Amino acid sequence: MTEVLKFFMEYREAIFIIILSIFLGIEVISHVPSVLHTPLMSGANAIHGVVIIGAIIVMGHAHNVLSMILGFIAVILGTLNVVGGFVVTNRMLEMFSKKKKQK
Amino acid sequence: MGTLETLTRTFEFSDYISVLEISYILASILFILGLKKLSHPDTARNGNLWAAGGMGLAILFTILFHKTKLEDGTYQGIQNIGWIVAALLIGSIVGWMAAMKVKMTAMPQMVSLFNGMGGACAALISLMEFPKMQNMLAASHASSMISGEALAILLGLGIGGVSFAGSMIAFGKLDERIGDIKSPILRYINLFFLFLLLAMVVLIMTMTPQKDNNLMIYILGLLALLYGVTFVMPIGGADMPVVISLLNSFTGVAAAMGGFLYSNQAMLTGGILVGSSGTILTILMCKAMNRSLLNVIIGGFGGSAAGAGDQGDKTVKEISLSDAAVLLSYSQKVLVVPGYGLAVAQAQHLCHEIENLLGSKGVEVKYGIHPVAGRMPGHMNVLLAEADVAYEKLLEMEEANNEMNNTDVVIVIGANDVVNPAAEDDPSSPIAGMPVIKVWEAKNTIVMKRSMAKGYAAIENNLFFLPKTRMLFGDAKSTLQKLIAEIKNL
Repeated sequence: MTEVLKFFMEYREAIFIIILSIFLGIEVISHVPSVLHTPLMSGANAIHGVVIIGAIIVMGHAHNVLSMILGFIAVILGTLNVVGGFVVTNRMLEMFSKKKKQK
Repeated sequence: MGTLETLTRTFEFSDYISVLEISYILASILFILGLKKLSHPDTARNGNLWAAGGMGLAILFTILFHKTKLEDGTYQGIQNIGWIVAALLIGSIVGWMAAMKVKMTAMPQMVSLFNGMGGACAALISLMEFPKMQNMLAASHASSMISGEALAILLGLGIGGVSFAGSMIAFGKLDERIGDIKSPILRYINLFFLFLLLAMVVLIMTMTPQKDNNLMIYILGLLALLYGVTFVMPIGGADMPVVISLLNSFTGVAAAMGGFLYSNQAMLTGGILVGSSGTILTILMCKAMNRSLLNVIIGGFGGSAAGAGDQGDKTVKEISLSDAAVLLSYSQKVLVVPGYGLAVAQAQHLCHEIENLLGSKGVEVKYGIHPVAGRMPGHMNVLLAEADVAYEKLLEMEEANNEMNNTDVVIVIGANDVVNPAAEDDPSSPIAGMPVIKVWEAKNTIVMKRSMAKGYAAIENNLFFLPKTRMLFGDAKSTLQKLIAEIKNL
């Protein structure tokens, strides 16, 4: 039990953020029309590309060849996720907005 | 104390870190607002740009201001910047090109591919951080690795690996490179791998850290990949959208694990936000298809002939192209119900052409869009929007059903299960209760289909045998082309 409490105290800030973010995530998208499911999924897909920050941090402190190579690959993969994700989403949404303006 | 000294003081590491933290708060706000805007049709595009802006900010400030505390107590900024920028450039160019070149019909697999990249990135981070942590613990003679950080590393690798492997399989299935393997044994193998995966996490956590003892972490990574493959493999290709959405939220959680490890607020909020909203989105998608998530994962549609009912002497009536052309041209209200077959045949532009053609003859043409028409919820809207179909002409399922009674002709193009009356009148049907477009309530129905093959629910569709229904067999694209020619000749 004390172990659990200790764990909670040690990571309370992170736990706090995690719990609030869970509720926020649910709240923010719960009224999305089904038309937007695909673009929304694609947009969320790009946001989790934030993992690239971790890749940059590891790469930024890599000292041997193996971790340099792995880090380099990780940064490329993360960038693919971010850039590809946002560009694809934008392309999808572009079509919606284009139609609306014409009318 | 001179001015110069005060000036230099203001640029100590702690200030860098504050700047970095502020940038992360801004990035988090932009993610949240972006996601919020993405869920409304009018603001969606801006929402995407806002989130992208937040991402750019977080990346730039991490490179400039991130510091890590070294063992001797000093702080070190990001090294290897040249390599990092090179990797960023390569990733950006490749990602941009891939995203710009992909066809709208291939969008779902592209999203899956990018999702897999994120998962792999998270897994690689864990692979690199684990040896560092273990060596550090080994040096301090720790008896076990039980800590939040170790758990974050292991889960980051596990979830990231599953997400990567699963997304690749989903990509392969949607791209029709991998077929469905529906074997019940695979489900047990799948559960077995899940068990091994969890056992491995516990094992690594409780083992005594030894310098350079990395075999276990590689095994964990391998198990994650195997589980990812066996998890997605038995799920039918048509359920891939739900699976991608689920794996999308997995990757979010994997990213959040990285955030936990580095106490990085941007990664933590961004990751969890996607994790939770992705889960809700997955459930919403399932609801739109009237299925439960569990059902998608372990059940899988079809196979069973249950509810197919009396086979009897059913015959379908075909309609000739010229008859169809006449029927359409002399109607007042026509409703097009597009389905997956239209997407596959890339016939959305022809659809628009027919709409214009009939429009010029005074026929009112609208589209009835089932929420899960196409490959993903909303996918059909994107495809028709690409073909310049006006937003106002797209009716949602309820609107379409309300107008069905005074619709003269419904053209069903490559749709099947979403127009199956069994969902309404046959309680024993696997799709019973699924919301459908009630095309049989219109005065006439023309069904364009390649063959009498079943839809992905693998059940008979009684619509085809109804007296008001006429079939027009052939590939959606060529049939539409011929139909256009016929209408022009009238």
